Amino acid sequence: MGGTGGAGGALEGKSPYELRLDQSAGLAELDVRQALATGDVGFLHSFTTGSAVDGPGIRLVAWTTSCMFRCRFCHNPDTWTLANGMAVPLDVAVDELRKYAEGLKVMKGGFTLSGGEPLMQTRFAVRLLQAAKALGVHTAIETNGFYSERLSDQELGDIDLVILDMKGFSPSQHKRVTGVEDNSRVLQFGRRLADMKHKMWLRYVLVPGLTDVPEEMARLAEYAASLGIVERVEILPFHQMGRYKWERLGLEYALGETQPPTAIAVAEAVGIFRAAGLEAW
Amino acid sequence: MLTQTLEPRTSPAEDAAWAGFRRSLWDREVDVRDFIQQNVDPYYGDDRFLAGPTPRTQAIWAKLEALFVEERAKSVLDISQIPSSITAHDPGYIDRENEIIVGLQTDAPLKRAIMPNGGFRLVLTALQTYGYEPDPAVVETFTKHRKTHNDAVFDAYTSDIRRCRSSHILTGLPDAYGRGRIIGDYRRVTLYGVDRLIARKKEEKAALDDAWSTDEIIRDREELAEQIRALGELKEMAAKYGFDISGPAKSAKEAVQWLYFGYLAGVKEQNGAAMSLGRTSTFLDIYFERDLINGVLTEEQAQEIVDDFVIKLRIVRFLRTPEYDDLFAGDPTWVTESIGGVGDDGRPLVTKSSFRFLQTLYNLGPAPEPNLTIWYSPRLPEPFRRFAAKVAIDTSSLQFESDETMRRAWGDDGAIACCVSPMAMGKQMQFFGARANLAKCLLYAINGGRDEVSGEQIAPAFPAVSGDYLEFDDVLGKYEQMMDWLAGVYVSAMNVIHYMHDKYAYERIEMALHDYAPLRTMAFGIAGLSVVADSLSAMRFAKVKVVRDETGLIVDYETEGEFPTFGNNDNRVDQFASWLVSTFMRKLRKYPTYRNAQHTQSVLTITSNVVYGKATGNTPDGRRKGEPFAPGANPMHGRDSHGIHASAASVAKIPYRDAADGISLTSTLVPSGLGNTEDDRITNLTSILDAFFGSTGYHMNVNVLNRETLLDAMEHPENYPSLTIRVSGYAVNFIRLTRDQQMDVINRTFHGA
Repeated sequence: MGGTGGAGGALEGKSPYELRLDQSAGLAELDVRQALATGDVGFLHSFTTGSAVDGPGIRLVAWTTSCMFRCRFCHNPDTWTLANGMAVPLDVAVDELRKYAEGLKVMKGGFTLSGGEPLMQTRFAVRLLQAAKALGVHTAIETNGFYSERLSDQELGDIDLVILDMKGFSPSQHKRVTGVEDNSRVLQFGRRLADMKHKMWLRYVLVPGLTDVPEEMARLAEYAASLGIVERVEILPFHQMGRYKWERLGLEYALGETQPPTAIAVAEAVGIFRAAGLEAW
Repeated sequence: MLTQTLEPRTSPAEDAAWAGFRRSLWDREVDVRDFIQQNVDPYYGDDRFLAGPTPRTQAIWAKLEALFVEERAKSVLDISQIPSSITAHDPGYIDRENEIIVGLQTDAPLKRAIMPNGGFRLVLTALQTYGYEPDPAVVETFTKHRKTHNDAVFDAYTSDIRRCRSSHILTGLPDAYGRGRIIGDYRRVTLYGVDRLIARKKEEKAALDDAWSTDEIIRDREELAEQIRALGELKEMAAKYGFDISGPAKSAKEAVQWLYFGYLAGVKEQNGAAMSLGRTSTFLDIYFERDLINGVLTEEQAQEIVDDFVIKLRIVRFLRTPEYDDLFAGDPTWVTESIGGVGDDGRPLVTKSSFRFLQTLYNLGPAPEPNLTIWYSPRLPEPFRRFAAKVAIDTSSLQFESDETMRRAWGDDGAIACCVSPMAMGKQMQFFGARANLAKCLLYAINGGRDEVSGEQIAPAFPAVSGDYLEFDDVLGKYEQMMDWLAGVYVSAMNVIHYMHDKYAYERIEMALHDYAPLRTMAFGIAGLSVVADSLSAMRFAKVKVVRDETGLIVDYETEGEFPTFGNNDNRVDQFASWLVSTFMRKLRKYPTYRNAQHTQSVLTITSNVVYGKATGNTPDGRRKGEPFAPGANPMHGRDSHGIHASAASVAKIPYRDAADGISLTSTLVPSGLGNTEDDRITNLTSILDAFFGSTGYHMNVNVLNRETLLDAMEHPENYPSLTIRVSGYAVNFIRLTRDQQMDVINRTFHGA
């Protein structure tokens, strides 16, 4: 029942936990380029309502496709490829958002744009978040920060909350986790937010044997605390709900045997960030 | 009349009992609402004042818990074969010295009574099932000398009704037991004492002396005479327990005891499908407050009285058959208590006793009964909304219903009967019954009135679908025709049932606690809403090819293409759900009702969605033969894939004006999906409720559970004796569900998982 969000149709798309492939594979390359350049059309993996875990309050969350990282713990690897998303005209997306605007306000929630990496589709992301804002809806972007320089100060300032997913502090660890060594842009983004006094949450996925490195977390915590703007740190325990996607996509999954972290391990990770004076969960 | 009403004429005993109360019209007229409005003390604070259970409470509860284990093993603990009435049984106790509130249905706890007036066949089946030899004297009485409701109904059923009944297109007709869903205003016993109520009923009866003796007037006079007799028996029953309840209650403890005697008389006399309590906690709070202020009661004692009262409500039992439990699961009695709400003047009707009733779920542990129902409004004080959310998260034992919607329709002294049926206390009653399986009706439309399972011609023969594909307009035309026919049979069946119920199993004491000539509604029900909406969507937006068997009967469907499904806030399909509700309601309204009752309708199934599904063949939406429907107005399992906000928004579109008996939505949320900390989870659930009930959301059952917990409970029921979950409009003890019902619950959409 998936289907594409044509100009006349409503925005469909099921649960983010469902594998989604080639939803816009038929689109000509020229159209795709134009979509990316203007933001008239975005590529969305899926969206959901009623989320209480993607920013403050109860939120509508949309996930974009395309990402420059290849995180080994990624639970939605089908979001890596742009063409796996459905092509959604901006006005259709805004119409969908409008249905929920009043409820989102009552629920002290808002709209979160996540991914994939939403800044792979910067124009669409900016315009959709601005439209949400114009509806009076609180906005948040969940990003890895790598393409953050694509946002002007004003565009960034218009977004109420940045949820920055950090994968590692040292370049070697960052490479180990994401496949990309250079994380200076991520760290710089944090400092830019600090200069702007912009609200920020920090997320860190705790994966046994991969990211549960105390010195890494300690350095991240120290860095985050130094920014002075991090309202909340969320330690996300690794889970295996994405395993079947790796298998179905024919990708080599290094974490097939990895167990979710124990409650103790999570508490220790939280403790590291709290020790730096941060509010962490 | 006017001068008589406006002149105070209270007795010294009444003046003493009412000392400290603000007097108004209520001291002359029977008007409990006015008493509440004059005397209620809304509470805006939080739950920190509450008291835990006393050792006495714990000891009584422990005694009962031991009996529950025995009862679960045997299905029923014991049966009394004395035909029940208000006075039939000797007093019974759990622990005579230590009980604060006394009174049992029979002479021992959990011992079930027989109530043959509703139907003797059910009594016989139950006795045989549980290994009891029927008492020959009783058998003779109810087979030779006394006709029952059940016998009478079948005397007057038409062949259409019988066919619909056995093909399960109409299911759950209350023709074999008490109809229930009538709430006596038991508060009247407390506030006025029984003598004043008898005097009032005598006045009502005398006023009919001038009316010409038509069928209606003769029936009214007889009913009033029965009511007066029942009130006398109520006094007699209380006297056996050592209480004189002819006058008003004088203390909080008496207030609860008087009220409970009224309710107890009801459940001694009727084995109703739902025996709801009403809206008592805020009324009782006025007595608690008076005693607390006068220094004759402590908080701990107040809580202890409430706990003891709730213990009594938890052990109400009826003798029913295993088939009934298959339909409704567990051992439901629907002792529904309505809590909270807002008054017409904007003051919240939340009191400390609203909190005390919820606190029983901590003091005694979670339980399905009493069916605690929050009349929710975003205007309720925040600490109460948060406490209710906390209790829902901790116990999954609460349901929430829209105070705004119900108050606008029925006033600010309403209560819920059963699950979602609102009515004005003491001024309104309903003729309840059954559900029409509208998914099956759609299949009948496609097959020209033949049953898709048996192949039998059930409805009059209409032309069946003739092509290879379902054409939306063609099927819709046929469906309208079929619903016309079904609505007629349904109203006819209900008229027969309620005519006979009034005649052979009249609710004497419950109706004695109503005004004369209350507003009567006839509450119809539908099942299969989301199956039909999705099926229509499949026909409209995809192509549905039919598969015929060798007799030409369409038994399956092959769907080509995509179609939107109900529960995703997508108007293309949500409009079909609303259309269905309004269309069937319009058809029901065309057929006159018994006693000119006002037609209403509910979208509620409790757990019977499983049984309806079992009896229904493959449907064009892709649901397979025998698979459960979604409960109530819920979207089909797993098809509401955009989260709770979208799912609830779809359901909230169903127009209340065409479903005035209630629209049920059961939501299951995963704890971690509600937030990281307890505080976040409470805040977020409160937000969800604020948004849903701030719009046109009508009802929400809230379960906060992990699927793994339920799977584990299926494997190790012994570890989960009190695991309570909400199903459509009702809470059940999970381990008492049938395996099919358990699987149905587990297959439901878990939001945030």
